Amino acid sequence: MTSQPRIRIDQASIGYGGRAVQTGIAADIAPGEIFAIVGDSGSGKSTLLKTMVGLLPILKGNIQFDGQPLDMSDAGGPPPFGILFQGGALWSSMTLLENVMMPMEMHDHANPAAREALARFKLALVGLPGHEERYPADLSGGMRKRAALARALALDPSVLFLDEPSAGLDPLSSRRLDQLILSLRDGLGITVVIVTHELESLYSIADRMLFLDGELHHPTALGAPSDLVHSSDNAKVREFLTRKGMNCSISEATP
Amino acid sequence: MVDTRQDGDSLILTIPAGGIDPAQLAAPPQTLPAGGISTLQVKAPAGWKWGTVDAAFLAGLLRRLRGEEPDAPDIQVQGVPHDLAKLLELARSAPTPAEAKPRPGLRKRLGKASLAQWYESKAMMALIGEVVRRLPRLFTGRAMVRRNEVMDVIAESSTNALIIVAIVNLLMGAILAFVGAVQLKAFGAGLYVADLVGIASVRELAPVMTAIVLAGRTGASFAARIATMQGNEEIDALTTLGVPPEEFLVLPRVVALSLLMPLLYVYACALSLIGGLVVAISMLDITATAYMVETQAAIKSANFYIGGLKSLVFGAMVALIGCRCGLRAGRSAADVGQATTAAVVNAIVAIIAVDALFAVCANALGI
Repeated sequence: MTSQPRIRIDQASIGYGGRAVQTGIAADIAPGEIFAIVGDSGSGKSTLLKTMVGLLPILKGNIQFDGQPLDMSDAGGPPPFGILFQGGALWSSMTLLENVMMPMEMHDHANPAAREALARFKLALVGLPGHEERYPADLSGGMRKRAALARALALDPSVLFLDEPSAGLDPLSSRRLDQLILSLRDGLGITVVIVTHELESLYSIADRMLFLDGELHHPTALGAPSDLVHSSDNAKVREFLTRKGMNCSISEATP
Repeated sequence: MVDTRQDGDSLILTIPAGGIDPAQLAAPPQTLPAGGISTLQVKAPAGWKWGTVDAAFLAGLLRRLRGEEPDAPDIQVQGVPHDLAKLLELARSAPTPAEAKPRPGLRKRLGKASLAQWYESKAMMALIGEVVRRLPRLFTGRAMVRRNEVMDVIAESSTNALIIVAIVNLLMGAILAFVGAVQLKAFGAGLYVADLVGIASVRELAPVMTAIVLAGRTGASFAARIATMQGNEEIDALTTLGVPPEEFLVLPRVVALSLLMPLLYVYACALSLIGGLVVAISMLDITATAYMVETQAAIKSANFYIGGLKSLVFGAMVALIGCRCGLRAGRSAADVGQATTAAVVNAIVAIIAVDALFAVCANALGI
């Protein structure tokens, strides 16, 4: 791990309308790390993600990217991250190619002549070659997620935020998406912050996880899932990580 | 009626052959012992088929016997199937329904509504400020807008609205001429229908009716489109890419509608005058030439300027209100409908109010 974390969350309090959902969140996310945010429903996982990308104001503390607070102003330039929203959030009036090219056009990213080729490459990267001229409404849920992932990669971000990428997908599509995330990290060195409920994804791709407790309103565990399943002093965290039916994955993942 | 009887530290509950009356869920037995119960013994008729009414009644009863304390002693339930006992245990952990809050008084509701209106006005002002601030970027080609998006907005606000604007204004001119002709004919002043239709159309009806038509058509469409984008997180996706929605979505719509409304106004004036002309020459003994000469003499250039200025302002208002209603919408499907309705209603009220303001100002200035 390098001395400078890619993302630093420093004693952050997050919430809506001044009401804190989680307090005292602290974590350093290293470059190239896959960092999972987990917790019970309503514990503030997506809220934390939205606060990290500047969609919600932070109530207390601070969040830094490469030592700098996030600048969302006009002068801030392209964001250092890409984000995959839970529903994909593709622009429905545009084709997949236009969806991927749009961020490049808005930020004058790359040579104008090369943008289309880059967008096609990114769609191919997520397994959607030949679908460039299709509209989001014509695609299945899994294809929409992958197209949204291609758009998140449009500006070559150093960090990728994924909000429940497997939600609503069948196990096979979910597994393929996990493999894609791993390949992106390994191939491009991207740091990945992922909100997930899927234990299988958690064990197979996450280097570390942060557990947000929805009842205590603060994080109760930070570490590798395969370590926390045995060593966490919090019974709820252990229970979360040892749900019935997942023992197979756990035994595979743990040394 | 359920029968309850205390026997030492046990409460014996007998379910009648007809079952528990669902009405008793809302009004459990009033004669319950105050604490000291450790066992609830349930006696049901032979072969009793347990249902959710029984479970809900027993869960409510147990909650009352245990009290609200979280560490209250447990009560053993006997005489119910094992699976039902497990359900009752699950229901125990369910939070007690909170007492309904009394409806706030008139003053409080009025205060809250006023505050909400104040915040909304501030947000609207902020949106207008953002749009004005970003105007130079649009005209210097630095704004983050897509050409296709702008062309769609222009089509939505102009060519697609031509037919409905034509129908409404043609009929308004005709109706005005008809009403005027009936009255003026009685005084032998039928020719002055041209003055009535000309001044009323150019100064008031054409800008107001066109704006109202566009509020119901284009403003509603802006609100629905942006509200749907809000629900699909498409606006969040724009924001996280560093593309301000005020620039990408609102600015092209406001500029397009502001610039197109004066053109539609001229078109609406022409059709309104044609409507009046057709009725006048068919009902009154006047020629088309005489009607047109009279119209030309009646309409002063100031009327055109006022009408044109109104249409420009109304265009910006319809677009801004439509976009604002879309942007503030929630994330559900119902919110799209609410945003659309609000966009139309607010825009129509604003058009009428601003038109009244124009009338007062024009009167004060003597034009």
